[in-house]
Amino acid sequence: MSAAEVTGERTRRSGEEATRAPGDRAPRRISTRFLRSELGLIFGRRRNQAGMGILAAVPVIIAIAVKVSTPRPGRGPDFFASITSNGLFVSLAALTLEMALFLPLAVGTIAGDSVAGEANIGTLRYLLTVPVHRTRLLAVKFAAIVIFSIVATLWVSLVGAAAGLALFGGGEMTLLSGSQIGMGQATLRVLMATLYLALCFASLGAIGLFISTLTEQPIGATISVVILNVMSFILDSIPQLSWLHEWLPTHWWMSFGDVLRDPIAWGDMTRGLLTAAGYALVFWLAAWARFSTKDVTS
Amino acid sequence: MSREASHGVGNLALEDVAGGDFAVATQGLTKRFSRQVAVDGVDMLVPRGAVYGFLGPNGSGKTTTIRMLLGLIRPTSGRHRLLGKAMPDHFGDVLPSVGSLVEGPAFHPYLSARANLSRLDSVDRHADPRTTKVRVDRALDRVGLLAAADKRYRAYSLGMRQRLAIAGTLLAPRELLVLDEPTNGLDPQGTREVRHLIGSLADDGATVLVSSHLLSEVEQVCTHIGVMHVGVLLTQGPIAEVRAVSEARARVQTDRPEDAARVLRALGMTEVVAESGWAAGALGDVAAEKVVAALVHDGVPVTGFAVERPSLEDLFVSLTGEGFNVSG
Repeated sequence: MSAAEVTGERTRRSGEEATRAPGDRAPRRISTRFLRSELGLIFGRRRNQAGMGILAAVPVIIAIAVKVSTPRPGRGPDFFASITSNGLFVSLAALTLEMALFLPLAVGTIAGDSVAGEANIGTLRYLLTVPVHRTRLLAVKFAAIVIFSIVATLWVSLVGAAAGLALFGGGEMTLLSGSQIGMGQATLRVLMATLYLALCFASLGAIGLFISTLTEQPIGATISVVILNVMSFILDSIPQLSWLHEWLPTHWWMSFGDVLRDPIAWGDMTRGLLTAAGYALVFWLAAWARFSTKDVTS
Repeated sequence: MSREASHGVGNLALEDVAGGDFAVATQGLTKRFSRQVAVDGVDMLVPRGAVYGFLGPNGSGKTTTIRMLLGLIRPTSGRHRLLGKAMPDHFGDVLPSVGSLVEGPAFHPYLSARANLSRLDSVDRHADPRTTKVRVDRALDRVGLLAAADKRYRAYSLGMRQRLAIAGTLLAPRELLVLDEPTNGLDPQGTREVRHLIGSLADDGATVLVSSHLLSEVEQVCTHIGVMHVGVLLTQGPIAEVRAVSEARARVQTDRPEDAARVLRALGMTEVVAESGWAAGALGDVAAEKVVAALVHDGVPVTGFAVERPSLEDLFVSLTGEGFNVSG
């Protein structure tokens, strides 16, 4: 098909390549190329970049809104009242507002896309025949979801901190218990709250990964994740179902505010992390059970 | 390879045939979907170095068979080996040496051709990342896409997409290429190029399994063929052997057809017919060059002479009693 071929390059090539068929070479045991490729696909995609833009808009809007209005104590989440005293509170306020829909939607989009997206456009069959072991595929896909979850949550926090510090400045942070901590401590605590939430969202991503193995429609998987998320919030707000609350995937999310106690109240956050790990493990295994034997006809 | 192959593996155990030099060996490969049997007891044997034309109408079970070969779907029953190793147990050792094109091209629409191939290469733990760029470009060059390498896949025409999928199978040196309908969507020139490419891959020593629902397209490059019909592998073997089932016919154009027919019968040809303007008969063991000599010797004027081999399509009709149409 090419000029090179006609001029006999193929005879040269046959000699050169016959001696090293790929099956003879030992594969690299650990390779991060697949994961890096996944992250490239996720963060290189316009849709996802637009999504990151929307995630960033919320803290910016909060910061500006608080700046231009006179503070009205007693309304909105706790963190709002504190924003004027320390810009870092914009991060926490933004996380609180995006926790209900935007961040779970972002993670749900990536998770829903993970397997169903590849099945939908047909690339799944080409990944599997490369070959990529199905367990490895699910491991890499989930790793990418976790990393995306951390990056997206950190992004909201970072933009919030930048906007907050620019408009309100930093300095000493007054904790919920009334004591004060320095700027370094404050930054560390906001970071801890962010990571805590990121891991919570990632466990929702594991549910999304599982749903993604059930369908060839990525949008369907994403919507399912969002519905589950909202449903969990609804169930959590019905007092008659209090026996169920502690088992809901979203129940412990609000505990991220415990980093602002003195000393940090680890109890609920530990429960939250265990719950997240439990959901992640169960649904990753469910995805594996489903996908490892699935007929790929897409 | 020969007689056993053309009549299936029969009672041979898969281990026996696997000892031979087969790139693909299946035994009783069967796939039952909820309502229908898509592939029914296929014993396929593809000798190493062969270009195996896997023929059958749309819906005859070719793609399902190929998906089973590659481990994408699990057989309901039956076993198979690729390059001498049992699948799917050894898929990690075998598939790096197998390039495959299954049911049309599939790539990320918003990535360029080059980025798409790099993506495929990056998930391959056998691939050397230092040579990715060179190998991607060489594969693109080989299918004539180098000039369009940085275009987004979504901007590609169907023919270009098909070429890109073929390029994807050439990223690494392969011992076996499984090409499912590689000429779909290609213009006649592209079809010729793919045929040429298949030939050159075979020259490199690769075994090629190429499926098609267009018989004539494949006929010219294959050394072996297998014919599928409603999930059953009707026949397979070296192309000459499969063809030998129906004989070549000699056809004489003449203004004295009755006399010509008499000469043909005298030569020992069978199924001789005479129509206005021509006479024809099955050659059997009669050498074609003797026919014209005999006609001239007997003073029968010959205005035209042709030896007609039955096309694969004729063969298919004679095997199934049906045309080459979509099976239900």
